[in-house]
Amino acid sequence: MLDKLTQMKKEKKLSAVAFLLMITILLFVVMYSIGMFVFSSKGFAKPQMFMNLFISNAGLIVIGCGMTIVMITGGIDISVGSVTALVCMVAADLMENKGMNGTMALLSALLIGLAFGVVQGYLIAYLNIQPFIVTLAGLFFGRGMTAVVSTQMIAVKNPQFLQWANAKFNLPFGYTNKNGAFIPAYIYPTVIVALIVVVIISVMLRRSNFGRELYAIGGNQQSALMMGLNVRKVKMLAYVLDGLLAGLGGFLFFLNSCAGFVEQAKGLEMDAISAAVIGGTLLSGGVGTVVGTLFGVLIKGTIGSLITTQGTLSSWWVRIVLSALLCFFIVLQAIIAGVGGKKLKN
Amino acid sequence: MNTKTGLDWKKLAHSRFLMPIVCLLLVLLVNVIQTPNFFAISINNGVLYGYLIDIINRASELVILAVGMTLVTAASGGQDISVGAVMAVAAGICCQILSGGAVSTNQLMAPMFIAILAALAASALCGAFNGFLVSVLGIQPMVATLILFTAGRGIAQLVTKGQITYVRVDSYKVMGGYIDACLIPTPVFIAIGVVIVVNLILKKTALGLYIESVGINGSASRMVGLNSTRIKFLAYVILGLLSGVAGVVASSRIYSADANNIGLNLEMDAILAVALGGNSLGGGKFNLMGSVIGAYTIQALTTTLYAMKVSADQLPVYKAIVVIIIVVLQSPTFQKKVRTIRHGKAVAVNAG
Repeated sequence: MLDKLTQMKKEKKLSAVAFLLMITILLFVVMYSIGMFVFSSKGFAKPQMFMNLFISNAGLIVIGCGMTIVMITGGIDISVGSVTALVCMVAADLMENKGMNGTMALLSALLIGLAFGVVQGYLIAYLNIQPFIVTLAGLFFGRGMTAVVSTQMIAVKNPQFLQWANAKFNLPFGYTNKNGAFIPAYIYPTVIVALIVVVIISVMLRRSNFGRELYAIGGNQQSALMMGLNVRKVKMLAYVLDGLLAGLGGFLFFLNSCAGFVEQAKGLEMDAISAAVIGGTLLSGGVGTVVGTLFGVLIKGTIGSLITTQGTLSSWWVRIVLSALLCFFIVLQAIIAGVGGKKLKN
Repeated sequence: MNTKTGLDWKKLAHSRFLMPIVCLLLVLLVNVIQTPNFFAISINNGVLYGYLIDIINRASELVILAVGMTLVTAASGGQDISVGAVMAVAAGICCQILSGGAVSTNQLMAPMFIAILAALAASALCGAFNGFLVSVLGIQPMVATLILFTAGRGIAQLVTKGQITYVRVDSYKVMGGYIDACLIPTPVFIAIGVVIVVNLILKKTALGLYIESVGINGSASRMVGLNSTRIKFLAYVILGLLSGVAGVVASSRIYSADANNIGLNLEMDAILAVALGGNSLGGGKFNLMGSVIGAYTIQALTTTLYAMKVSADQLPVYKAIVVIIIVVLQSPTFQKKVRTIRHGKAVAVNAG
């Protein structure tokens, strides 16, 4: 593999970044094809199965976009799982016990995310505290606050909200069942929101000044500072945006689960980080795309589907396999960084 | 006047034991006001009994972890957040071997020392895995340990086959209970033993000095001939081993292995203890005894909050706030800002 890498470097056809992204997409296609081949009798080959990957991971896609942004600056945010739990709990509590409507719940979700982003961003950017320590405190704070709101599970019965959650969009393709009737594949609005976020963030990262500044800071903070960038402000904004996306992603997650409870979304930060890393975002910063992260999320979803469809393996295997995959990609990154040094970074 | 305040501030910030001891006293003071008989110690059923004893007893696992966490923090400038999960793995392996693979047992299926050795070997292996990622591959410590933080409990579940393994044997309860007629709980002895052994190793060999030097400047240490990779690796293996010890003690307390709850949220407490002990979370110089006092302070805080009817689920809120306050106070940027404000005031006073 190393030989191939150096060879590629010589040919200058592919940069290491594109190489990582290629591996990710290839991995996804291979995994999904294996699933379609092995479990075709269990419905894995149906288009709906593919759509389900998006439906059950819409929140994670949005959260992964936020994670990619802070990871590009060389930071990290491990509070997103707790923020999601808090958002779900507060939104459920507002609608069920305080009599508010869905719009207010959505606003409160965004506000919670924003608040986390602002506080964590200030501590990281302006007081120079390690992102990990700050967001670890955020992780515990969010989870604890969820328990402060309620230690009981709150299931949502608000009709307006359930209407949002169950609105289906039929797609022009599907499959024909045994009786010859055509059953179209469907998606929920959450998927559309998630994909719009991916497009917006992708364009922002590629085309806007802010996006390019993020890469500059992650690539080399010192140089960015000397170039005259306001490093602190950009970093702070990155965490604010990340917090906001965590709030929005949390709400999408909530639309999927329709309930709030303390243990919800535990380990979601791990899913988001692995999705970003598997999608080619470097842990050292300066490199990463949200499209890669999208594929990272899809890979995570495929692992989940494969293990559920298989039926006999326990659900802990999802986390274990995902961790192993994360480990593999981290090692791969370390090797690539070792082979090419900083030249390989765009 | 201006220089004098500056000096005092410096002295205050640099005295090593000030912060942990002030915090400990503060927590104890709150307790005394809340419960007047806080310091009362009585003998019930032949064992010591009282709030203080309870705190010292319950803090044992945390002390053991804090010792290892201090070394890891000093050597690598990062923290290991997988310690709680590693505890669960060690507990699971220990109990599974003792029960011979059954869910519950009333007699030991294997010699105890073999089970404990296997548990410690497994936890040391976890430490070695973390150490390899951090020292050889140069991955940030918290990202590297995040892998076991999530996967660890899954592994523990697999080991215990998703159930809580019970070892209802009196000899297994000793490590978390009492030795025969001894008044003091065993975990206290284990914690003190760990502190003494690690202290001796650091004092009798140059390891402590090496760890500090690697933490302050890894490449400079390599230039003068220290194998900084190996020293970092060693620190993680030691922490893994100590997590195993803590895991076995914790499982002996409840004579079972509960993969979901053993060592839950303890990683936060251990990091908090290190920070509270006056150690920089960025690595370098360290103060082992400070972390130990820090660990007892955290446990005192936990017990106090429980006494104030805060539920276990809500505890993290308070601890998160404490950790943020400590790191903000420790942050050089913050200290500089405070100094500038003080300086500004002094100038204003002089001008006025």
